[in-house]
Amino acid sequence: MAEKLPKPEQLAEDIKYSPPPKDWMDPKTEFKKGTFNYSAVPSALDYLDLPNPGKWQPHDEEWPLPDNWQETVLEGMRDRLKKYRSFQVFMDICVRCGACADKCHYFIGSGDPKNMPVLRAELLRSIYRRDFTTIGKILGPLAGGRKLTVEVLKEWFFYFYQCTECRRCSVFCPYGIDTAEITMMARELMNLIGISIDWICTPAANCFRTGNHLGIQPHGFKDSVDFAVGDLEDITGIKVDVPINEKGHEILFVVPSADYFADPHYYGFLGYLALFHEIGLDYTMSSFASEGGNFGLFHSADMMKRLNAKIYAEAKRLGVKWILGGECGHMWRVLHQYMDTMNGPADFLEEPVSPITKTKFENAKSTKMVHICEFTADLIKNNKLKLDPRRNDHRVVTFHDSCNPSRAMGLLDEPRYIIEKVSNNFFEMPENTIREQTFCCGSGAGLGTDENLEMRLRGGLPRANAVKFVHDKYGVNMLACICAIDKATLPPLLEYWVPECGVCGVHELVGNALLMKGEKERDTDYRGEPMILGKKAEAETEVAQKEAKDAG
Amino acid sequence: MSVVLSLFAIAVLVILPLIGTGLLQLEYLFGVIIPYAAIILFLVGMIYRILKWANVPVPFRIPTSCGQQQSLSWIKQNELDNPSTFWGTVKRMALEVLFFRSLFRNTKVELREGPRISYTSDKWLWLGALAFHWSFLIIFVRHFKFFAEPVPIWVDTLQLLDGFFQIGLPIIYVTDAVILAALTYLFLRRIFNPLVRYISLINDYFPLLLLMGIAATGILLRYFLKTDIVAIKELGMGLISLHPVVPDNIGALFYIHLFLVSVLFAYFPFSKLMHMPGVFLSPTRNMANNSRMRRHINPWNYPVKTHTYEEYEDEFRDLMRAAGLPLEKDK
Ligand code: HEM
Ligand code: SF4
Ligand code: SF4
Repeated sequence: MAEKLPKPEQLAEDIKYSPPPKDWMDPKTEFKKGTFNYSAVPSALDYLDLPNPGKWQPHDEEWPLPDNWQETVLEGMRDRLKKYRSFQVFMDICVRCGACADKCHYFIGSGDPKNMPVLRAELLRSIYRRDFTTIGKILGPLAGGRKLTVEVLKEWFFYFYQCTECRRCSVFCPYGIDTAEITMMARELMNLIGISIDWICTPAANCFRTGNHLGIQPHGFKDSVDFAVGDLEDITGIKVDVPINEKGHEILFVVPSADYFADPHYYGFLGYLALFHEIGLDYTMSSFASEGGNFGLFHSADMMKRLNAKIYAEAKRLGVKWILGGECGHMWRVLHQYMDTMNGPADFLEEPVSPITKTKFENAKSTKMVHICEFTADLIKNNKLKLDPRRNDHRVVTFHDSCNPSRAMGLLDEPRYIIEKVSNNFFEMPENTIREQTFCCGSGAGLGTDENLEMRLRGGLPRANAVKFVHDKYGVNMLACICAIDKATLPPLLEYWVPECGVCGVHELVGNALLMKGEKERDTDYRGEPMILGKKAEAETEVAQKEAKDAG
Repeated sequence: MSVVLSLFAIAVLVILPLIGTGLLQLEYLFGVIIPYAAIILFLVGMIYRILKWANVPVPFRIPTSCGQQQSLSWIKQNELDNPSTFWGTVKRMALEVLFFRSLFRNTKVELREGPRISYTSDKWLWLGALAFHWSFLIIFVRHFKFFAEPVPIWVDTLQLLDGFFQIGLPIIYVTDAVILAALTYLFLRRIFNPLVRYISLINDYFPLLLLMGIAATGILLRYFLKTDIVAIKELGMGLISLHPVVPDNIGALFYIHLFLVSVLFAYFPFSKLMHMPGVFLSPTRNMANNSRMRRHINPWNYPVKTHTYEEYEDEFRDLMRAAGLPLEKDK
């Protein structure tokens, strides 16, 4: 962690919810170290055929902008106002009631008034008013209009990359104004003149080329999977088979790339593999569709579509019947809300049916892609798995609803049902911080970089604070979630605010609790940590219970 | 500053008809021409804006989901907050429009030492907003009595109910008191809540003050200055039947009231007041969350440059072969 980071108490102490006396119209943005992301590198932009102004950094005084940049941005705005009803209506109808003002984790953690969702939107809306509305054209600043200047652009860059597109604000808005969509538009406009960030464009370029954000090539993918198979064998004594790029299987399984490459995602990946082996699932993975995640979502609709195309294409090429998707938040936003529209119809696939329980996944009958939590919850409900929740007894678990599964899908009870079946100690965080009101990890939408750490710790404060609450109250020591970005960014967040708490995927808990046929005696979990109730302990309790019974 | 300018604008809007009808005898202008112009502007502007919105496509299905999705048969869906059907969406919308359901969720954040963040329910905005809008609607409907002869029975009934809590004479309408209180609250909130003040523009103070002006002049007309109701009804009936007449015994105060209402109508289509039709067209709230069940069509879905498997295999064929991965073309 960066050395200059203030202590947690200090960081929290200077958060004030009192805006300055002067109005916000005339910006001067300070790019303070730790609160912004580095610019996109030209090579990534070139690879993706995107315009770019060359080498620059946000804190540079001069930005290398094309001469007609204002025209380009305004033209882009006009174009999008004609293409997105949401954008047009959201520009017009906000009454500035302020209901959304204190709902954003970035505002709560920074106190910066421009992080109030309504004001974030106003940064763009003020330009809209001046250049696209009758009253604004006549009255200008009197009607809240502003001219698009370099300073405004800098301010856009700063604040539209301080929005994780989490949609919490939209839950509270009486008109459902979704600031995330406004942020997406603003980012698209900045992309038109090459103003973008590296942590979005480099992964996108990697993904375009190799199929995944990390740039893992096919042989590397196979190595990672083989490695996981080996690890699982060491732990359980069972060698599972994971087909890659094989035709003729029933299901294509797609995960975010971090699942097979990063920690703690990896243990959840072991969980999937163990589960599929145990139920004898006929599936294949693909080294090309080796990324369900899609940083294109954080860039532009076009980029999202370009990166997403491979999923249906691979499903078709490999001849599967339907697609199953792993634990990931923004990946599911794309799959649920965009994929079918952008790259469908998937008429070459069949309506998904669980081969084990014969359950039809009615809610996925057009997109033909099922969430792993829907799949597993159905297995458990139908008693297809032998589970010993006591094998997770060393975990006191709470569940973090990731923004996208909760506020873009409504996948709330499936993971909870699973957790309750695989663990004995599950405690909810306070109600204003879970389900549809959940707080972002503070690092989504491409903002999870090291250089942006202070801002991430601020944005993650509401989440971490709720974890601290259940940690203090119930001794929670494990935060379960179903998002790859969460699993990457919550550990440093908790390290800072609640160091006693770890992070895991829901399918890590499933894997640990899963009693596999022919498994060897286990006394450690997937992480190699001792399980309090392994097989031995189980026997011990049985003995103890028997004795108690006999005595009583 | 914005407050002062808004106040100034309202003052001008009060003085104009005062001078116009008091000194310059422009009753026909303020009693007929301006109201007609305002109504035409309102209707044309409103229809234009709505058609403009409606003509913009909805490329993606992005409703906000505020509850459990439709999923496995044994998991209970929250049909109101995460509708997956047309009727579910209608119910959700009805609750939004009639009861401001999302605003009811409102919380207030507090940061205490520790740090410890708490979120407490904060329903004042919801209450104030609901009180204002409902009394506005009722008052609006009550005005039909000036434009219809005989007065429709339901207008009479509403009037009776509204005046039910009789306090002295003449009958005091509940809504008159409520609308003033609610508008005052909404206005003071804009001034004293630091966050709301920071986001407020003239565009926000002005309509509130305008509505306050309308309510205040209306109340003055009714309770304090005796006004010739018969004459006003004559004007109203004339306007609605397109045979305008201007009776002479109407005071300047009435023209102020009428002028402010005209300004409201004329201003409506160009302002944030368009949230009235807008709420029905908001894509996050008027669509069902069923994008995996039924394909949503994007009318401008154009092709984009993608990277195909063939290109991928061409680039990595040797590595794939060495790793023992199946190939499409193994040459
Ligand atoms: C379908 C009809 C309507 C709905 C659902 C609706 C809903 C709302 C909501 C939820 C708010 C936010 C809460 C608040 O700030 O008070 C609001 C604000 C407001 N509405 Fe409406 N409204 C409707 C019609 C109207 C009409 C016809 C007018 C005016 C004649 C109006 C005037 C206002 C004003 C002035 C505000 C801002 C209040 C403030 O500044 O605090 N609304 N509306
Ligand atoms: S809650 Fe909605 S209407 Fe109110 S200020 Fe926020 S975006 Fe605007
Ligand atoms: S989408 Fe999330 S991050 Fe963006 S403004 Fe709304 S609450 Fe804040």
